[in-house]
Amino acid sequence: MKLFRPVGSLLLGGTLAASLAACGSGTQNAAPASSASGAEDGTLTVFAAASLKQTFTELAKTFEQQHPGTKVALNFAGSSDLATQITEGAPADVFASADTKNMDKLAAASLVAGKPENFATNVLTIATPPDNPAGITSFADLAKPGVTVVVCAPQVPCGAAAQKVEAASGTTLKPASEESAVTDVLGKVVSGEADAGLVYVTDAKGAAGKVKEVPFPEAKDAVNTYPIAAVGTSAQKELGAEFIDLVTGEEGRKVLGAAGFGRP
Amino acid sequence: MRPASAGPDGRAGRRRRQSAAGSPGLPRWILLPAALGFLAVLLPLAAMAARVNWSEFLPLVTSPASLTALGLSLRTAAASTLLCVVLGTPAALVLARTRFPGQQLLRALVLLPLVLPPVVGGIALLYTFGRRGLLGQTLEVLGIQIAFSTTAVVLAQTFVAMPFLVVSLEGTLRTAGNRYEAVAATLGARPTTVLTRVTLPLILPGLASGAVLSFARALGEFGATLTFAGSLEGVTRTLPLEIYLQRETDPDAAVALSLVLVAVAAVVVAVSYRKTFTGALDAAAR
Repeated sequence: MKLFRPVGSLLLGGTLAASLAACGSGTQNAAPASSASGAEDGTLTVFAAASLKQTFTELAKTFEQQHPGTKVALNFAGSSDLATQITEGAPADVFASADTKNMDKLAAASLVAGKPENFATNVLTIATPPDNPAGITSFADLAKPGVTVVVCAPQVPCGAAAQKVEAASGTTLKPASEESAVTDVLGKVVSGEADAGLVYVTDAKGAAGKVKEVPFPEAKDAVNTYPIAAVGTSAQKELGAEFIDLVTGEEGRKVLGAAGFGRP
Repeated sequence: MRPASAGPDGRAGRRRRQSAAGSPGLPRWILLPAALGFLAVLLPLAAMAARVNWSEFLPLVTSPASLTALGLSLRTAAASTLLCVVLGTPAALVLARTRFPGQQLLRALVLLPLVLPPVVGGIALLYTFGRRGLLGQTLEVLGIQIAFSTTAVVLAQTFVAMPFLVVSLEGTLRTAGNRYEAVAATLGARPTTVLTRVTLPLILPGLASGAVLSFARALGEFGATLTFAGSLEGVTRTLPLEIYLQRETDPDAAVALSLVLVAVAAVVVAVSYRKTFTGALDAAAR
C-alpha cells in the first residue's frame, strides 16, 4: 500500500547510500596502494598496533617531510589482526607490533626481513572516571566488593599483562567484563559504566581529562615490549629501513616518550 | 508460502493470473552479473568452510567456553525474540491498522536499527540504560543494574531484532487485509474480540516467520552487545563475541564456531524466507 512505499524507498536509499559510501572509501584506499607499485618514490605501507595511532601518525608526517614525494599509508589495528592480515598476503612494508608474540608469529612464517628491533615499552595503569567514584588508590582496591572492574581478556596482550600483575601481587580480580581490546576497556571507563579499568599508561594519557590515572607499583611486573621490523615481502626495504631508523632514533624516542611509552 | 495458505484475499489467485500472463523471459546476458551476485555471497562462506579443521571440529565446538557461549546465545536470543513478539506485534498493528500524523516518520524511525551500524545502537543503549544514561539513575535507585548483565545483552538484541518483526508483520497485516475484521465488527464483535479471534489467528504464520527472523538477527548480534553489555563468559559473552575473542589466539576455533553460527542461521532463514519476504514484498508492491 501507499504507506509502505516511503519506508521501502527510505531503506533502499539508505542501503544504497551506505554502499556507495563504502565504494567511495574503497577506491580511495585502493588509489595509494596501486600507485605504490608504479611511482618512483611511492607509498610506504606501515601496519602498526592500535596503541601507536597517535605517535605513528605524527612520525609518518615527519617522514613524509624528510622524504618529499613519499607517502606513508598507515593501517592501525590489533597486533594479532595485523599479523594475520600480513600472513594472508596484505601488502605491508613495515610492521610494528604491541607485543613480541605477534612479531614472532610473523617471523615463524618467514615474513620478517632482518631482526626485529624493540623500540618502546608500555605498562598497565588503572583508569577511573574523573571523579573516581569507587575511591580506587591501589591495585588491591580493585578487588574490593562492589567495585565494577573491566579488564582485557587473557587472550589479548593487555589481558595477559593484567593476569601477570594479578599473580605477582596476589590480588584476584573479579572483572565485570573481559574485553577483547584495550580501547573497549577505556570506553567502559570513559562512559562511566565501570568504576575502574586496567589499560596501558599511553591509553590513560591519550584520554587525559576523560579518565583519572591511578598508577600502581605492581605494573612493573608486566612490561609489554614493542618490536618493529621490515616485512619480508616488501619491495621497498630501504625506505622501510629508513622509517624504522626514524622510529628507533631520537625523533621517535621524543614522540613516543611524550605519549608515555617507556624506553626498551 | 504455498498458494493454499496464501490467505483469504485471493493472493494465490492473483499470482496465478500473473504467471498465466507469462514472463517475457530474461535476456541471457543478465545471467553473468546474476552469477557474480550469487558468488559474492556464497564464495566467502565456501572459503570459510574450506578452512575448517575437520579433525578438530568437534572438540573445538564442544569446548566448555564454546558451549557456554552457545547456551547463552540461545537463551538471550529466545528472550529477546519473546520481547520482540510481545512489543513488536502491537507496534505492527498500530502501524498497519491506524492512521495518525507523523506515522510515516515513526515507522521510518522504528525501522532505523535495520540500517544502523550495530555499534551505534550500542552507544544509543548505553546513553539510555547505562549508569549515567537517561534511565540509568532511575534504575539504580530501584536497585536494577543493567550494565554488564545478561539483561543488557537481551536489550541490545531486542533493539536490533525488533524491526525485522515489525516490518514482516506489518507486511502480513496489509496482505491479509481487514475484510474479515470489518465483518466481525459488523456482527457485533468488540475490538478486543476481533483482535484475538480474527486478526491474530489470521497473521499467525507471518508472526511465526517474523519471530524466527528476529531470533536469527538476535543470535548474530555483536556490535551493540560489545559496546553496551561487555564480554564475560557465561554472562554477556555470546557466541559472536566468543568467536571474536577466539580469533586472537585460536583461529581454528573461531572458524569452527563461525560455521556453527552459519548453520543455525541457514536453517532459520530457510524456515522463514519464503513466508516473510513474499509477504513483505507483496505489501510493498501494492
